[in-house]
Amino acid sequence: MATKTYAGQTVEVNDEGYMVDPSQWNKEIAAEMAKEEGIELTDKHVEVLEFLRAANEKGETLTIRRVGKSGITDIKGLYQLFPGGPLKFSSKFAGIPKPASCV
Amino acid sequence: MKKILILGGGTAGTMMANKLFKALDRQEWEVTIVDQHKTHYYQPGFLFIPFGIYNKSDVVKPKGDFFPSGVKVIYQEIDRVEGEANKVHLGDGSILKYDFLIIATGTQTRPDETPGLLGNEWYKSIFDFYTVEGAVALQRFFKSWEGGKLVLCISELPFKCPVAPIEFVCLAEAYFAEKGIRDKVDITYVTPLPGAFTKPIATKMLSQLMDDKNIKVVPDFYLESVDSEKKVIKSYDEVEIPYDVLTIVPVNMGSEMVERSGLGDDMNYVETDKETLQSKKFENIFVLGDAANLPTSKAGSVAHFAAEILFENIMSAMENRPLTAKFDGHANCYIETGYGKGALIDFNYDTEPLPGTYPLPGIGPFGLLKNTKINHYGKMIFRWIYWHILLRGKEMPIEAHMTMAGKKNSID
Repeated sequence: MATKTYAGQTVEVNDEGYMVDPSQWNKEIAAEMAKEEGIELTDKHVEVLEFLRAANEKGETLTIRRVGKSGITDIKGLYQLFPGGPLKFSSKFAGIPKPASCV
Repeated sequence: MKKILILGGGTAGTMMANKLFKALDRQEWEVTIVDQHKTHYYQPGFLFIPFGIYNKSDVVKPKGDFFPSGVKVIYQEIDRVEGEANKVHLGDGSILKYDFLIIATGTQTRPDETPGLLGNEWYKSIFDFYTVEGAVALQRFFKSWEGGKLVLCISELPFKCPVAPIEFVCLAEAYFAEKGIRDKVDITYVTPLPGAFTKPIATKMLSQLMDDKNIKVVPDFYLESVDSEKKVIKSYDEVEIPYDVLTIVPVNMGSEMVERSGLGDDMNYVETDKETLQSKKFENIFVLGDAANLPTSKAGSVAHFAAEILFENIMSAMENRPLTAKFDGHANCYIETGYGKGALIDFNYDTEPLPGTYPLPGIGPFGLLKNTKINHYGKMIFRWIYWHILLRGKEMPIEAHMTMAGKKNSID
């Protein structure tokens, strides 16, 4: 398993750069990961990340639609926060596995 | 008399009614099945209707023909399940009690969830092929169409039969080539997924196939709305794709009955243990087929493999034994690719579709992730198997659990 260092902390990541252990996560790691994709994290971003982490912990299926109904932002807003891949990037920055929405 | 109640008389519910009725003591158990519709559709056949390969009469039979006599059948809308009281409320106000309940109410297409889809252009320049009405309307349209931009767009995940849209564009390509107007038809496949399919090895094979057929793939497109006057589809990040004819895979959702019963997630799929197939809320409720929120394909083959596991677990539950049978998410899908050929994929929760042979290792006769004539025959023969063996809950000579025998980890 590969490792990467964010904010002075070494974390395990998979081939696509997603963190393997969500418990190693903190906001500083998220901010550095986001910076790699050219995104400056705001409080709104962090709210979404925390929503995703909580939903992941409960074993819920994560979809863009689900986040759009969270009350934090709508789907359009989500695209503005995480351009180019709302769920792909938000789940990565949240330190949770990439959602397998469909097989 | 103890009661088993099955909600939904589609593929999953019908298979289960047959299996249970055969096995249970008729003095002790009463089996009841409820469905609001009387027609059974052979849904894998819908795909062939737009291209005139099948007609409506090839895919419909009365549901009643497939329920064993002795099973109580009620044609009535289902209002809701009251899990705490072991009761089901029907649309006419009547109440059914149960000892065990099986929810098999499937998934439905919901074009109303996407703004702009249902309007003046519905079934004029916008079609679905997941309903018999849509498939027949599209057949009529294609007969006189002289060419232009054909766009297939998948609205949302998950959706029923994840390979059907790929099959649709491949069959369309062959259909217009045969008509001699392939050069006038521009085919585009638009998906919210990052590629033609979800898993890497199958995506590689299928992307190559689409490329060979000159079918354009637009990935990562998440549909927000349709402007049927301007004839464009729009994504949430404001990309527009123009079309002359739009074939849509509408948003799929579970039955509203599931929502009224408080048993579902926000797509109305019943929250289900992915191994035991038991509802997460009530021990005496089980879920089969598309109605469950399992992380595998919504497909008849999944319902068929899961039915074997569910049957074992319900028999255990009836005798107060632990539920030892575990479903592995096994799915097996034929992919029609046009010109009398087809591909086949076989996979489960943990193993992505891999190349190889099926069902016999090294022999086949079917080739996994290979485009062959024999795979196509398999798909065509399947309609007979469906009506005569599968729905009637008879044994098939294939395993419920996926096997690694005959599979390889890469494409040659």
